[in-house]
Amino acid sequence: MSYTEEELKKELETKEYEYGFYTDIESETFPIGLNEKVVSAISKKKNEPEWMKTWRLEAYRAWLEMEEPDWANVNYEKPDFQAISYYSAPKNKNQYKSLDEVDPELLETFNKLGISINEQKKLTGVAMDIVVDSVSVATTFRDTLAKKGIIFCSISEAIRDYPDLVKKYIGSIVPARDNYYAALNSAVFSDGSFCYIPEGVKCPMELSTYFRINQAGTGQFERTLLIADEGSYVSYLEGCTAPSRDENQLHAAVVELIAHDNAEIKYSTVQNWFPGNKEGKGGVYNFVTKRGICYNNSKISWTQVETGSAITWKYPSCILKGDNSIGEFYSIAVTNNFQQADTGTKMIHIGKNTRSTIISKGISAGNSQNSYRGLVQVNSRAKNARNFSQCDSLLMGNKCGAHTFPYIEAKNNSAQIEHEATTSKIGEDQIFYCNQRGIETEKAIALIVNGFSKEVLNKLPMEFAVEAQKLLEISLEGSVG
Amino acid sequence: MLTIENLHAVVDGKLILNGIDLDVKAGEIHAIMGPNGSGKSTLSSVIAGNKVYEMTKGNILLNGENINELDAETRAHKGIFISFQYPVEIPGVSVTNFIKTAINASRKAQGLEDMPASEMLKKIRQKAALLDIDRKFLSRSLNEGFSGGEKKRNEIFQMAMLEPKLSILDETDSGLDIDALKIVANGVNRLRNKNNAVILITHYQRLLNYIIPDFVHVINEGKIVKSGTKDLAKELEAKGYDWIKKELN
Repeated sequence: MSYTEEELKKELETKEYEYGFYTDIESETFPIGLNEKVVSAISKKKNEPEWMKTWRLEAYRAWLEMEEPDWANVNYEKPDFQAISYYSAPKNKNQYKSLDEVDPELLETFNKLGISINEQKKLTGVAMDIVVDSVSVATTFRDTLAKKGIIFCSISEAIRDYPDLVKKYIGSIVPARDNYYAALNSAVFSDGSFCYIPEGVKCPMELSTYFRINQAGTGQFERTLLIADEGSYVSYLEGCTAPSRDENQLHAAVVELIAHDNAEIKYSTVQNWFPGNKEGKGGVYNFVTKRGICYNNSKISWTQVETGSAITWKYPSCILKGDNSIGEFYSIAVTNNFQQADTGTKMIHIGKNTRSTIISKGISAGNSQNSYRGLVQVNSRAKNARNFSQCDSLLMGNKCGAHTFPYIEAKNNSAQIEHEATTSKIGEDQIFYCNQRGIETEKAIALIVNGFSKEVLNKLPMEFAVEAQKLLEISLEGSVG
Repeated sequence: MLTIENLHAVVDGKLILNGIDLDVKAGEIHAIMGPNGSGKSTLSSVIAGNKVYEMTKGNILLNGENINELDAETRAHKGIFISFQYPVEIPGVSVTNFIKTAINASRKAQGLEDMPASEMLKKIRQKAALLDIDRKFLSRSLNEGFSGGEKKRNEIFQMAMLEPKLSILDETDSGLDIDALKIVANGVNRLRNKNNAVILITHYQRLLNYIIPDFVHVINEGKIVKSGTKDLAKELEAKGYDWIKKELN
């Protein structure tokens, strides 16, 4: 049988769609496997100074002696760490000043993702440091930020251009041997973002970074370091989408935040990595360590909307070291089909009059398992510490699970800790009520879920809130029969 | 407008509607009365397309079109509205957001664009004034923490906003004090026109002092056993449902 040109084109289009899209940008990928040579090679590839290489190697050696944690309420086949390539970078690694210089294929990928850079740029003052695979390929608005003395660049650049800052802070909040995945990340991190807000500066725009996985078989190990110096303010947005692909991809990121006296950091995440297909095949393993430290009168606020990944293991935490410091955690975690999420936070109260708030909304559908795991720890010195936790679960159907594991450790009598939890199910009567008003079932569920998540959605910056609402809708598509 | 022929319906294997016939024309108000458990509320659920009830026999026609097989949202798009006896709560969804979603869902089904915000706002203002609804009420979560009266008023407010062809008010008078009852009745009367129709389902005659029906039907054991004018309601109020039952025997 012979194809006409037109038929062939059509056939190819369908094929491409079957496997998700894949950008054909020339890239340089290391052979699979991990050893000291690979770690050194990564460091060399990035022209890192000797101290950085040494730090990586120490992390690698620590990692070798550690074991993959198994206490989380998730089941999966442990990744074969020797079957992963630890470095992948687009070959053409120039820094671009404008979009015109960017590879058109890459822009096409963004268009397919529905996130056109043009559109994003138009949004009210969002500067972006776009990370595709491992190397930053486009940075915008940097000049505006530079005028204020704000440094916003890739971590590789920061290691090169601001070694003193990096050396001082990297690993100070999440030490290399903190946990298995953090150690791995410390050894092999490929790229990520660095941000420094000088004393007294209020960052004039929301900082946003888009992370992508785009090279088959390469794990992505992002490293983010954000320092808000005394009296400064920054709001940082991080959004993730990954093209669908029929194999597991490992993602082990580390994020460290430092809020000096009187500083405030707002860190928002929308996570939408490929969750696997309806049968639970494929999907990203997302093992993330996020932690921030608050000095006197400072505040760190984590907001996350987690809809993607096959496995999520993530506990953005606050060490409330300074007196009167505040930690907040607002989370929406959606699991559908065979997704598993074990997520929550740790609030460590060390200083006096420290306060923390935890609002967690878990939505489970399909055959998924959704767990909240949180620790509120009040140390003996932490006089008058306050915590309020609220964990709500919403279930759809009767094959999914919602679990809550709250841990409370209080060593100071003056502590006030409140914990509220609810579990509810979307009722047939609620759906029928909506149907009767002309709202079809899927839309009705989206409405109910958005209502359920409202307290957290409200914490997101405006333009993200709209995107996040749509994401909730998309994530739950097909969750009712 | 609405024609019901020999309607039979079953829930959990139990026959609730046992051959209902009803014909409601545009511009008319029909009252359906009957003792508890006679099938009044089931009738409204079946007309609305609630799948909990299984229609075993008969036909429901809306403007001549058989809607037996249509799902609830499609029936709503065609202009059927139920004011529920027990409206459900949807936490975190404001009254305004809910109504906006409902209106735009129907518009989409008719191939129309979303209603422009300015038009929506104007309509909300106008209808809220009609039903004496406070602006603050509109930003509250749908039915969450509402008093009985607020819930019913909210139902009628939705009816005013959606402008249905056929409205079925299921026990709208229950849980209302006399002032709220007057406001609701007044709203229904003002929304009434020659192109729409209303079915009032009620246990008591009280509501019918404020909304005057063209026809009154008495339902018993899943059948309409007597029909008449508004005087029938008064007779029922005076003599009780036992009178009908006796007459039947």
